[in-house]
Amino acid sequence: MTVLLIALGAALGAPLRYLTDRAVQARHDSPFPWGTLTVNVAGSLLLGAIAAIPAEAAVTALVGTGFCGALTTWSTLSYETLRLTRQGARWHAVANALGSVVAGLGAATLGYALVRALAG
Amino acid sequence: MPVLVGRHVTPPEFRVDPDVDLHVPADRGELAAHPTAVLGTIAAGGVLGALARAGVQAAFPHAPTGFPWATWGVNVTGCLLIGALMAVLTTRPTGPLVRPFLGVGVLGGFTTFSAYAVDAQRAVAAGAVGTALAYLAATLVGALLAVWAGDAATGRLLARARRRPEPTGEGR
Repeated sequence: MTVLLIALGAALGAPLRYLTDRAVQARHDSPFPWGTLTVNVAGSLLLGAIAAIPAEAAVTALVGTGFCGALTTWSTLSYETLRLTRQGARWHAVANALGSVVAGLGAATLGYALVRALAG
Repeated sequence: MPVLVGRHVTPPEFRVDPDVDLHVPADRGELAAHPTAVLGTIAAGGVLGALARAGVQAAFPHAPTGFPWATWGVNVTGCLLIGALMAVLTTRPTGPLVRPFLGVGVLGGFTTFSAYAVDAQRAVAAGAVGTALAYLAATLVGALLAVWAGDAATGRLLARARRRPEPTGEGR
């Protein structure tokens, strides 16, 4: 059952990363990879929120491991950073790597704190 | 066959984003041309990658204050493999669904940023600030070294394969 829930979450999360990345790039033409930052921050916020409540194993598998896990990515982030460096866009590369880490940690903390505050 | 020594086949546009980069003409058109195939392939790859990640995480669990070695290993391995994969895809022609399946799906689903951020946040909340900082830095450094190594090693292998004379060819 857990396997099926992870699979279902990932089957939604991975295509949503691709579609979000496209949508962000289509609206915002920039050398900086805003699309990947968007999914990574959104996924960290959501997973942080789930971590704040004693969620059932089924919810963790579906939304956490499956959906958030497949929505967010380190492989895309690292390759973008490598390519930005190769392109000579050093500051974009540094901002992409460090900015993602700081924004992701901030989003996870915010999601956790918001749900804790709402739960009282 | 032309001998390309130390020369890359220049893609039409320089790709930054391996998931999808609208500066690359083929990426721009792929969704409109084959929406079901592209999204279905990404979903299938994502399922395989996520299940593999979940398997590794279940095999090597960690305490809230402990170092999340499983996720660290998954992310660094995935970065090594995306470097290798994209070195192949940017130098030789492949099928239109290879990048969506292996890059966007399998490796995108295998690696995870949300668990990275939340595991670090949990370690901070549990009072293990040192572990959190070490984990944040070790993943960042490991991921970047791995993607560079995967790209460089594969690029070198491909260049060596191109230099090797064809066994049945007429030389140049």
